[in-house]
Amino acid sequence: MEYSKKVMDHFMNPRNMGEIENASGVGTVGNAKCGDIMRIFLDIDPETHIIKDCKFKTFGCGAAVATSSMATELVVGKNINEALQVTNKAVMEALDGLPPVKVHCSLLAEEAIHAALWDYAQKEHITIEGLKPPKDDISEGEEEFEEE
Amino acid sequence: MEKQLIYLDNAATTKTRPEVVEAMLPYFTEVYSNPSSVYEFAGKGKSAVEHSRDIIAGILGAKSSNEIYFTGGGSESDNWALIATAEAYASKGRHIITSKLEHHAILHTCEYLEKQGYEVTYLDVDEYGLVDPASVEAAIRPDTILISIMFANNEIGTIEPIGEIGAIAKKHGVLFHTDAVQAFAHVPINVQELNIDMLSASGHKFGGPKGIGFLYLRNGIRLGAFVHGGSQERKRRAGTHNVPGIVGMGKAAELAAAKLEETMTYEKTLRDHLVQRVLTEIPHVKYNGHPEQRLTNNANFSFQFIEGESLLILLDMQGICASSGSACTSGSLDPSHVLLAIGLPHEIAHGSLRLTLSEEITKEQIDFVVDELKKIVVRLREMSPLYADFIKENQ
Repeated sequence: MEYSKKVMDHFMNPRNMGEIENASGVGTVGNAKCGDIMRIFLDIDPETHIIKDCKFKTFGCGAAVATSSMATELVVGKNINEALQVTNKAVMEALDGLPPVKVHCSLLAEEAIHAALWDYAQKEHITIEGLKPPKDDISEGEEEFEEE
Repeated sequence: MEKQLIYLDNAATTKTRPEVVEAMLPYFTEVYSNPSSVYEFAGKGKSAVEHSRDIIAGILGAKSSNEIYFTGGGSESDNWALIATAEAYASKGRHIITSKLEHHAILHTCEYLEKQGYEVTYLDVDEYGLVDPASVEAAIRPDTILISIMFANNEIGTIEPIGEIGAIAKKHGVLFHTDAVQAFAHVPINVQELNIDMLSASGHKFGGPKGIGFLYLRNGIRLGAFVHGGSQERKRRAGTHNVPGIVGMGKAAELAAAKLEETMTYEKTLRDHLVQRVLTEIPHVKYNGHPEQRLTNNANFSFQFIEGESLLILLDMQGICASSGSACTSGSLDPSHVLLAIGLPHEIAHGSLRLTLSEEITKEQIDFVVDELKKIVVRLREMSPLYADFIKENQ
């Protein structure tokens, strides 16, 4: 697999790997059937809505781990509206690109951040403009696949 | 210190043996003649080709050397056997029986034939990857023209009950082909005892060069040519003979056959040591394939909660070459069809690791691999949300 040096660095030395206890928001996306599951934990200041900390756990390939790691780095310090603007493209660019078959990993990273923000918004009873509910509930996803 | 290379992917390809390379070299620069030519200079090349044919026919217990046809490799042999049989026997019927465990060289050829109007039955296998001979017999219909079941599986190493299937095929008068790419020169095979009508093999899987293979085709089976052109290989496979390749494959087969039992015993001892250590020292592991009836150099595991490509990259960092049936390594969204065929759930199939040994591997290397594997599995599980959930659920 042709990975960039940055992807390899984030895979070998993942940043912010772990969990946050009593996180402000948690999002899990992907599904085991496809071989990638990402879980993002956010610690958000309820006053300023600034992301103080972000951690991840990922089941997946090298690119899945690297995009999770990079995504956590990109959102820490941003407020929730800014964090929403962290796209899969931004994650990919920050990693100096991904092989074409791995682009979906960066999409998953974006979705995981969104899912965690959605969880936060639900808990805080706030609306984050432009944020859609996560589409990728793992159990639902699997059921859908089973029916095929 | 330079990282040592530990090559545990011998099912993908093998190192060309130095003796094989040595045997091939004169046929590039000295005996470079086209064996089909008339002059005396061509004779040496021709006799070298025939010598290789004799060696292979002898190892297979074929009735005659002219039952061996040289091809460009295992995939070509598989394509030829299936397509030419389908064409030659279309007037008898258009039904083919194979299994869900086959290599893509068989499965994709079957899909091609389905588009041409043939019907294919893909037999299920059990949890060890075994085809039930009774299911083969039950699938035979009046219009069945061919049964193609692989000798040994490339991923999980399971050796199929070829003798029983061959006997059933013979009893019903149906042709029997076996893809023996992983098995030839790795396990004893006698085509007459096993009632095999056609057998595919590939040179680079047993210490020979790449780009050369053969098809054993029992005399009396009237198949057409697959590659059309000159009259080489009794007009059945056109193209100037790959003399160095044929010489190399013959030499490799000869060397492998001479110490087949010794190699099998050596590999099995090491493989069993590897399996025993992995299963006792790493939790939540499944050993895939048949516990006994399998290639001596194959071990295949599924490590729960982790994904295969990550595992391969981290092994590669330690100089260890291995392979996985995970989707990420295949470039598709689905894990290996073999692992799904033996009933593994997707997430377990994604965490698979295949290690295939050779006689060059040492016990020290196996121990090093297991030690590294233990650390890597712990590391990836720490990262895995599936493992975190599992731990929480079982607290």
